[in-house]
Amino acid sequence: MTTDRIIKQTWLFMMMVVMLVAAPLFAGEVEIQENISFVDQLLRTLSLRDYNTRLVLTGTTLLGLASGVMGTYMLLRRRSLIGDALGHATFPGIALAFMIMVAFGGEGKSLPGLLIGAAVTGLLGVGAVVFIRHWTRLKEDAALGIVLSVWFGIGVALMGLVQSMPGADAAGLESFIYGKTASMVQSDAILIAGAAVTVVIVCTLLFKEFAILSFDVDLARTQGWPLVKIDLIMMLLVTLVVVVGLQAVGLILVVALLIIPAVAARFWTQRLYLMIWIAALIGALSGLVGAGITNLFAGLPAGAVIVLTGSSIFLISLIFGSYRGLVVLLTRRVRLNRRVRYQHLLRALWEAGELKQRASQSQDCITLKWLLQQRAWSQRSLQRLLKSAQRKDLLLFDPNKETVRLTKSGEIEASRVVRNHRLWELYLIHYADIAPSHVDRDADSVEHVIGTDLVRELESAIADAGDVLRPPPSPHKLGVQS
Amino acid sequence: MNSEIQSESILPNQDLPRSRSARDEVPPGREHHPDSPLSIHDMTVAYHRKPVLWDVDYDAPAGKLIGVIGPNGAGKSTLLKAALGLVPKASGKVLFFGQPYRSQRNRVAYVPQRESVDWDFPINALEVVTMGRYGKIGWIKPVSKRHRNVAMEALERVGMSDLAKRQINQLSGGQQQRVFLARALAQEASLYMMDEPLAGVDAATESTIVNVLRDLRDQGATVIVVHHDLQTVSQYFDHVLLLNMRMVASGITSDVFTQENLRKTYGGRLTLLDQAAEALARAGE
Repeated sequence: MTTDRIIKQTWLFMMMVVMLVAAPLFAGEVEIQENISFVDQLLRTLSLRDYNTRLVLTGTTLLGLASGVMGTYMLLRRRSLIGDALGHATFPGIALAFMIMVAFGGEGKSLPGLLIGAAVTGLLGVGAVVFIRHWTRLKEDAALGIVLSVWFGIGVALMGLVQSMPGADAAGLESFIYGKTASMVQSDAILIAGAAVTVVIVCTLLFKEFAILSFDVDLARTQGWPLVKIDLIMMLLVTLVVVVGLQAVGLILVVALLIIPAVAARFWTQRLYLMIWIAALIGALSGLVGAGITNLFAGLPAGAVIVLTGSSIFLISLIFGSYRGLVVLLTRRVRLNRRVRYQHLLRALWEAGELKQRASQSQDCITLKWLLQQRAWSQRSLQRLLKSAQRKDLLLFDPNKETVRLTKSGEIEASRVVRNHRLWELYLIHYADIAPSHVDRDADSVEHVIGTDLVRELESAIADAGDVLRPPPSPHKLGVQS
Repeated sequence: MNSEIQSESILPNQDLPRSRSARDEVPPGREHHPDSPLSIHDMTVAYHRKPVLWDVDYDAPAGKLIGVIGPNGAGKSTLLKAALGLVPKASGKVLFFGQPYRSQRNRVAYVPQRESVDWDFPINALEVVTMGRYGKIGWIKPVSKRHRNVAMEALERVGMSDLAKRQINQLSGGQQQRVFLARALAQEASLYMMDEPLAGVDAATESTIVNVLRDLRDQGATVIVVHHDLQTVSQYFDHVLLLNMRMVASGITSDVFTQENLRKTYGGRLTLLDQAAEALARAGE
């Protein structure tokens, strides 16, 4: 199956999920009961029987999904903190929009109006970051810090003005700072659903464009892509996500929804479209579970719980992620170390055989004492290594006489290891002008990392046309003294 | 810092007339060859008030393998970037095949320095090469099989078809450079502009890349390569362009790559001059 087909199907699938999650929005309202027990509440939450619960869960899930998608691009473009500046910069817009709406005789609390105001100052904030970075020598972090604090400060000041405006009821406006998920009504959830659908559709259509912009700006520019336009579309989508997320998680924590799912997804995959898909999934899950938990415990702030849920998923990804998780990394390292140790042992045994053969001694047994001199290994670790190699049927170790002998399969394996090693040595000597006396150490560190394909390449490049299974003679003197 | 000091030490030399050998092909004055794949008219580039390139006036000969040589900070990369419009020009004009770049995009492929992108980006070798086709594919349309085949063939030409599906962060430096070269090949251009494609690559990669560059030239393409290793200049390039903030000399390698010109290009940097002398001695053997 081609990548494109997979991408198309994944996105199609994601669209279906969006629609499925959004479906409850349009279902009928159920009567609201007062004074119910925790168990009842749990059941109600789980069964999605309660209309408000359904509404909130749908809204936060879709918000998480959309911010996971956009957050991936922000992360890959090292722009994650732009979301933070954007979030804070929405604050003055909310106050301004309220003032304008009141001035024109409105009630002032129309959500679309407030959010448009938020989007406008938010984008202005991002514009200011870009401007500062481009026209001054300030670095991005300074630019972000300035915009974030100044815009938020303006917002706080305006909010103070608003409170003292005659004839206006500004109560509840400050809920945008921390978010107030429970106050979500149907139109809010539909707004979020609309934003999520827009994000998914645009990201599907512009997958290629967003990818080239994120990976190699110079290439994109030489190919003639209108980068400013594409970048603007991307930033508009991010603004959309942030603005519709204000109500659910608030302007301070909304950046977490942009960063956390994307970062968590990076631990699971190394493919762009999969990363977007996984980030969307993690975001959605954070929204769903976070809002669900909030619903169970009265008084918990939903925004914070959603972010904390996301953080837990991040922690799980950090540890167990299948691509970069700590467990995987550690196992990989342990396995590499073990392989290195085995190869050292086998090589030492093989070279001991060669030395003895040259001195025409019997090559059957090698003493532990001799082996100990060959490398910087302690007696205990060497004995442990010998025992585990014996279990693998690579050698015969006699603990009483302290002698070691390679088995038939051990000999084959040792010959392979020594051959690879010496090919590398030859390669390094021939191509990199390294003094032969320095080669051994360097060769050790590279041979365990290179793949079989490179070994094959080396073989054809250097190996004499003869019997390649037998190791070529060592290019330097064997033994410790050399 | 370094380049400022250097610009001072270079300045006194700058009022010397441009090297005679540089002007042999194009007579003084402002006549440019109308069909040159890349003709740069009096281009000046400045970063933050500090000029990086002054009055570069150059016609690239068609169908040649051209090396751009000069010390660190001489503006070699900037020359390519400014010509392509990636960094703004303070003044001057650049034409590709006698036309503005805008209309000739599809005939030009650029290979940036390897460090210019994030090699931890979640993408594999084939996908990077496929990006070379994006300009030809256009808006919204997905990558079709035909384009992917072109990308695959490009990977084959640089000996990387086995590693097509490998994540780019698992490639060695030389392999990454070959992926970049393959991406340029996938653009099927007539002019290739490459920024240090041979920097920090292993011997095997170097010979692969040089062979590909020679093939391109033999097929009629023009290849302009920013190069840092003086020892291999005579061996690799038909033409050279010696650059140190100004163009010191340009022309056929055997005419221009002389000790005198190198001294003008590299100033008093003795170690480099020694290297150059060695290279010349080798070339003379």
